[in-house]
Amino acid sequence: MGPVGANEFLFLLQGLKWTALLAVIGFIGGGIFGMLIALIRSSRNAAARTASAAYIALFQGTPLLMQLFVVYYGVALIGIDVSAWLAVAIAFTLHASAFLGEIWRGSIEAVPKGQAEAANALGLHYVSRMKDVILPQALKISMPATIGFLVQLIKGTSLAAIVGFIELARAGQIISNQTYRPLLVFGIVGVIYFIICWPLSHFGTGLEKRMAKAAR
Amino acid sequence: MNYKFDFGAVFERAPELLWATLGTFGLAFAGMALALLIGILGVIARTSHNKIARAPVIAFVEIVRNTPFLVQIFYIYFALPLMGIRLNPTATAIIALGINGGAYAIEIIRGGVESISKGQVEAGYALGLHKADVFRLIVLKPALRAIYPSLTSQFIMLTLTTSVCTSIAAYELTSAAQRIESDTFRSFEVYFSVTGIYLVISSVMMGIFALISRRYFSYPAR
Repeated sequence: MGPVGANEFLFLLQGLKWTALLAVIGFIGGGIFGMLIALIRSSRNAAARTASAAYIALFQGTPLLMQLFVVYYGVALIGIDVSAWLAVAIAFTLHASAFLGEIWRGSIEAVPKGQAEAANALGLHYVSRMKDVILPQALKISMPATIGFLVQLIKGTSLAAIVGFIELARAGQIISNQTYRPLLVFGIVGVIYFIICWPLSHFGTGLEKRMAKAAR
Repeated sequence: MNYKFDFGAVFERAPELLWATLGTFGLAFAGMALALLIGILGVIARTSHNKIARAPVIAFVEIVRNTPFLVQIFYIYFALPLMGIRLNPTATAIIALGINGGAYAIEIIRGGVESISKGQVEAGYALGLHKADVFRLIVLKPALRAIYPSLTSQFIMLTLTTSVCTSIAAYELTSAAQRIESDTFRSFEVYFSVTGIYLVISSVMMGIFALISRRYFSYPAR
């Protein structure tokens, strides 16, 4: 058994850097495309609605790990020479866009109908109606679920380890193999994830409780 | 793009994939059964008046829900032998799935239990219903109806999570896919096909759950 010292801990933190970066890219990229999906999903065009519903069902009905594999090997086939890093980032972006799209569709539809009608009556066009009236309210409604998904996403980045990407979980595996102290190493890795995820979860449920009280 | 797709390599191994699909179902059902058991026991402890019984359950739920399943399964995989428990990877995976799903089940079932208001039960007694009828009609059925949607989508989520069990080489679909990939080098074809199998699995489950819900949990027609 080897010691788990400063060097090993530093290696874990290097992994953490990639975990954080993957989660941030997935969340921002997924947020942009997810907003698009949510708008299409709640549009008037039936064909566009069905297509976006299928997109969401596809990502919600298959394991994230499989999505990583398919995108990882898929982008290589299309012939674009991308780094493993970019392939994984694309996969997380697509994954997040489907989940955020569905969350935000729900919150757009949860905004009372009178709001859209009032905006219409005031003569606001689609962009202004969405940007100034519906979305600010929908965003507030969606906050607990959005934060909940962010936690899912951070935990989900650990699956990049199985594709061979060195982020926090994979860094833990490597250190564990080197030092033969799996319980200590995976314990530390677990604590690091917990330190990131728990405050977010706590914040999300706090918001939810406050909003439930306000609605009563 | 001059890559030639060859799904033949996948079709040749179809029997293997079929067995592995059963393995995935086995993991999912056993894991969910364990999760429900943990969920029910956890809720009993969580809703008791004893603080010493409540605290560990709260800690368990928070720890499991805020760490990745991959880290949990590795931890359990290495921890069990140290506790003198030697199991094969598939049994280990079931325990990991049960523990993970159990934490979510506790929160879901607790919500259902708390949704039953005391006044309804008292109203049942006031109407002269039997104790058994009050429990069956006023406590159990509405509680089941309240938790059914979240519990079944949790079941589907758990089924999809079984794919992560490939990391400890449990017998299921994703590990079969990785085996076929390393034999045939048809990475995209293999994973694309297996993704399709997962989609069928989750769609069928969703359909069955919807049917059950309509049969047992719909409100009586007026």
